[in-house]
Amino acid sequence: MNEIFIFFYTYRDIIFIIALSVFLGIEVISNVPSVLHTPLMSGANAISGVIVIGGIILVGHTDITKLSLELVLGILAVFFGTLNVVGGFAVTDRMLEMFKKKK
Amino acid sequence: MDQTLQTLNGVSFILGDAVLEFSYLLSAIFFVVGLKLLSHPRTARKGNFYAAGAMVLAMITTLFLYRNPQGETIGWMSALVIIITILLGSVVGMVISRRVKMTAMPELVSFFNATGGAASALVGLLEFGNPENESLLVTLLGLIIGSIAFSGSLIAYGKLAGKIGNINAQLMKWVNMLVLAALVGATVYVLVQPAPQEYAWLVYLLFAASVIYGIMFVLPIGGADMPVVISLLNSLTGIAAAMAGFIYNNLAMILGGIFVGAAGSILTVLMTKAMNRSLLNVIIGGFGAKAGGAAGDESGSIKEMTMSDAAVLLAYSKSVVVVPGYGLAVAQAQHTIHELEKVLQEKGVQVRYGIHPVAGRMPGHMNVLLAEADVSYEKLVEMDEINKDMATTDVVIVVGANDVVNPAANETPGSPIYGMPVINAAQAKNVIVMKRGMGKGYAGIENPLFYKDNTRMLFGNAKDTLAKLTGEINSL
Repeated sequence: MNEIFIFFYTYRDIIFIIALSVFLGIEVISNVPSVLHTPLMSGANAISGVIVIGGIILVGHTDITKLSLELVLGILAVFFGTLNVVGGFAVTDRMLEMFKKKK
Repeated sequence: MDQTLQTLNGVSFILGDAVLEFSYLLSAIFFVVGLKLLSHPRTARKGNFYAAGAMVLAMITTLFLYRNPQGETIGWMSALVIIITILLGSVVGMVISRRVKMTAMPELVSFFNATGGAASALVGLLEFGNPENESLLVTLLGLIIGSIAFSGSLIAYGKLAGKIGNINAQLMKWVNMLVLAALVGATVYVLVQPAPQEYAWLVYLLFAASVIYGIMFVLPIGGADMPVVISLLNSLTGIAAAMAGFIYNNLAMILGGIFVGAAGSILTVLMTKAMNRSLLNVIIGGFGAKAGGAAGDESGSIKEMTMSDAAVLLAYSKSVVVVPGYGLAVAQAQHTIHELEKVLQEKGVQVRYGIHPVAGRMPGHMNVLLAEADVSYEKLVEMDEINKDMATTDVVIVVGANDVVNPAANETPGSPIYGMPVINAAQAKNVIVMKRGMGKGYAGIENPLFYKDNTRMLFGNAKDTLAKLTGEINSL
């Protein structure tokens, strides 16, 4: 039992953030017209590319003077993360471009 | 930025850290504002732009201000390598997203989701070996969830692109449960070891097992359910990113990831609701696989009609409803249908579009497609609204849609799609169905609509058929 409280108290700030973000996420999406389901999914998909920050941190503190498995995989992580971010936002924008024209 | 300051209660900190955290706060706020704006048609584009800006901000500040627990910032050589990688990724991402045709948008979303999952998996894999990392549970969770999202999205991509067919696999769901149980078991086993980091080999095994699970999880799910699966995998990618955020105590990653995870989950639920099914049913149902069901009443026969008959019927109608489906997207016939709409409009016919929420391969797929062809908003009517007017509609034109107008969903309790809300095209006075051939829809079941007395077929490519029909009406 104590372990649970230790865990909770140690990470209480983050646990609060998570709990509130869940509600925020649900709240923001709940009243979406089905017209926008696809662009919204695509936009959310692009945001999930924040993992690229983890990649940047990783590569940033890997020894780059010698070629190692860590370095290669880290660079791949940054590359894939960027692909998710840039591709995701670009595709969303392309979808939304079409809605813009008529009004 | 290296200046040392003191907080109000006397704890000293470095200015750069404060600026970094502040930039994360801004990013988090703009993620939320961006997604909120994205959920309204008029502000959607701006919202997307905000979210993208937030991401760029977080990436730049991390690159220049992040310090590891030893207090070292990222060296300029490393920064250069990272910037080059990011530029490379941006160019590739841009090229892919600009080159792909509108019809291929859904699978593209899936593809990009796979890359995000792969990045999460790699970060998890590398961080597990890092001796300073104390959050092994979240590291493993990020690795496993990311890997599942990666391989699952790739399979979903393959299915949407038509590269991977449906397979019938009742046995597979049991195998899947076994694999899942093994995954959980292995994770727990690694974590309870006194020195888990010595089990690197096991972690590579976990990685491989998760990738395999992702493949086997998506493979038996029918193609028609892919949008739901993509949305689900999308929320998994978000959760995986949040787990990685835990490792670095990075608030932008945690908030962004969880937020996307929650938004993706609720979007998934909204989609399953639109099909009147539960998520569990989608996952273990093997919907596209079992074709049989009750065969329904196909006592009638298929009746074709000539182009000129169709032209006359349409030109002298009062109200016409077009029900588009995936066939419209495949044939790239969105402009042609708009032409037909304009011609009929000139003749005083009221033309509207009945949009089923899951028509095509993604919710909103038809809206995006018709918007491309400049069809005006007011003409796109949602399913519930259009169903009210069905009985007074003179002609329904079904263009490349099948399951979403299948009356078996209302009438045949044994049918696999029984209970799914559909557009009640059968209630209209006349129905014209444009199809390539007598093939079945994505769900692989018979459609009694085609056999009704008031239904006429126009076989052929939707674009050609529509163009000929428009010409015919013009010459009346």
